[in-house]
Amino acid sequence: MTMAPERVLGVAASGPGDARGHRSDRRSAGRRAGRRRAAAAGLVFLLPALVIFGYFAWWPIAQSVVLSFQQTNLVSAPHWVGLRNFAQLFADPLLATAALNTLWFTGLSLLVGLPVPLVCAVLVSELRRGGALARTLAYLPVVIPPVVAVLLWKAFYAPGESGVINSLLGLFALGPYPWLQSPVLAMPSLVVVATWSGAGTAVLIYLAALAGVSRELYEAAELDGASVRRRVWHVTLPQMRGVILILLLLQIIGALQVFTEPYVMTDGGPANATVTVLLMIYRYAFLFGNYGVATALSVLLALVLVVVSAVYLRLTRSWSTS
Amino acid sequence: MTSGPAPVRGILSSADWRHSATRRTWRLLHAVLFAGLVAFGALPLVWMWRASISSTADLVQRPLALWPDPARWSNLYDAWSLLGIDRYLQNTVVLVAGSWLVQLIVATTAGFALAVIRPWFGRFVYGALLATLFVPGTVTLIALYLTVLDLPGLGISIADTPWAIWLPAGAHAFNVLLAKQFFDAIPRELFEAAQVDGAGWLVVFRRLVLPMSRPILAVISLLAIMTAWKDFLWPLVVLSDPAQQPLAVALPRLAQNTDPAYLVAGLVIASVPPLVIFLIFQRQIVSGVGWSGLKG
Repeated sequence: MTMAPERVLGVAASGPGDARGHRSDRRSAGRRAGRRRAAAAGLVFLLPALVIFGYFAWWPIAQSVVLSFQQTNLVSAPHWVGLRNFAQLFADPLLATAALNTLWFTGLSLLVGLPVPLVCAVLVSELRRGGALARTLAYLPVVIPPVVAVLLWKAFYAPGESGVINSLLGLFALGPYPWLQSPVLAMPSLVVVATWSGAGTAVLIYLAALAGVSRELYEAAELDGASVRRRVWHVTLPQMRGVILILLLLQIIGALQVFTEPYVMTDGGPANATVTVLLMIYRYAFLFGNYGVATALSVLLALVLVVVSAVYLRLTRSWSTS
Repeated sequence: MTSGPAPVRGILSSADWRHSATRRTWRLLHAVLFAGLVAFGALPLVWMWRASISSTADLVQRPLALWPDPARWSNLYDAWSLLGIDRYLQNTVVLVAGSWLVQLIVATTAGFALAVIRPWFGRFVYGALLATLFVPGTVTLIALYLTVLDLPGLGISIADTPWAIWLPAGAHAFNVLLAKQFFDAIPRELFEAAQVDGAGWLVVFRRLVLPMSRPILAVISLLAIMTAWKDFLWPLVVLSDPAQQPLAVALPRLAQNTDPAYLVAGLVIASVPPLVIFLIFQRQIVSGVGWSGLKG
């Protein structure tokens, strides 16, 4: 950060020291000079952002589109292959599996990840004591690094009777279940971990939204004889629609990009039951060195995310509050 | 963001609380809530702590116990030295610190240019910055990797160096947005007064804006440090040399052939720094100031 202090005197030039007669001319000339200096100074201060975003955001975004139509393997020079990357992708039987698995993961995450934080937040907001403790407990799992959470839960899911979850269920004469070794149970097991790591953030966001619901609405509803349940249904939830809808979209977008849980916990297994789209991208690029196909799949994923967001926002526009 | 006085009432009024059936229902609901929060929020972490100082035999025989028998404190030290946790922790700290610094520099300088200097092209740059918010990092992962392998125009690779983590961390438009919005709220008369006194933009930036912006610098720092500490996919991809890897990348690799007790000790060591930061900033975080990052 070595740059000369830029002295901008545009303000002073049009100040009270001006000669009276040519005041307006001088002022506009001064303003133009000020504008030029502001542009120069602005450019200097924007330089770090322009360089960093140029190299690590804008260029890769543009490159993604180019790469998906090229063959790139770091050995020979990249060359254009038209739509062949996409053709190879669609010929891969794993693509359908990965897409369905990702949708299944997303659906399950919403099934748990939408109602649980919402109910938690409503209950916490009605606490008269211990609210801070409840918030802290709800947020603790979010603080744990995802990799640690996944490895910890992998230990919980240990098969056989000595696994933590299996011994818990054993107290009720259930199990033992092969959580991560069963093609049916593996994905729901991953959803539990992902929800555990993420729900705390949603709880805090819902709590902030709940604090914004006007007290007068509750009082009016109560005066009209609305029961607590009807107040939740007819006042709280409608008032929170906007936040719920946005959070739901962010959850969908996040879940469609799930990677850490399947990569660390099951590596896509058993029998490809937890191969997700992102895991496939990773394998194409860093296992097979086929960056073109990997990027093609990334571009498809990006398109899906854009379409999902657009359709979602259009569908929910009429319901949302703001 | 509203942290005003405690609400007089919520969904329930004090009249509801005096009603005995309602009170009983909500007491029960709250008891269930706390049981759930303790079971999912606290017990897994207590178990992790217990497992980190247990023998493997103890873990197998008493998987549900929350206290080790016997306590093997040496696990933590053994994991530290045998697994090389010390080096991975050091790598993590270096990577997080650099990412934090780069994010802070990019966010404050860009925010200052856009909110205070306001050059005519500012809104185009701002638009281009915000546009990147709509492209998730996972989508550009491969292209970013290839960029880092061969920086366009420079022809050098920064893969397997800390720069590969530090520099891309700066491309985080949300930080710029936070900084710009905060700087926008500073009264412009202050800048004009400083300029009349002959202060240049650099002086205004360093002596006026930065000291006034402690709250937003704290928020950006918190977000930056937490995100960098949690990051997994990008360091996994770009740091293939084990000697450079942070804990998050090293732990799954170590997990494959390590005594479980040592591994859990490693998990505890990786969790302590973010937990400490969380406990320090607990009040600000849980009252909802800093987490508007909305990361899934």
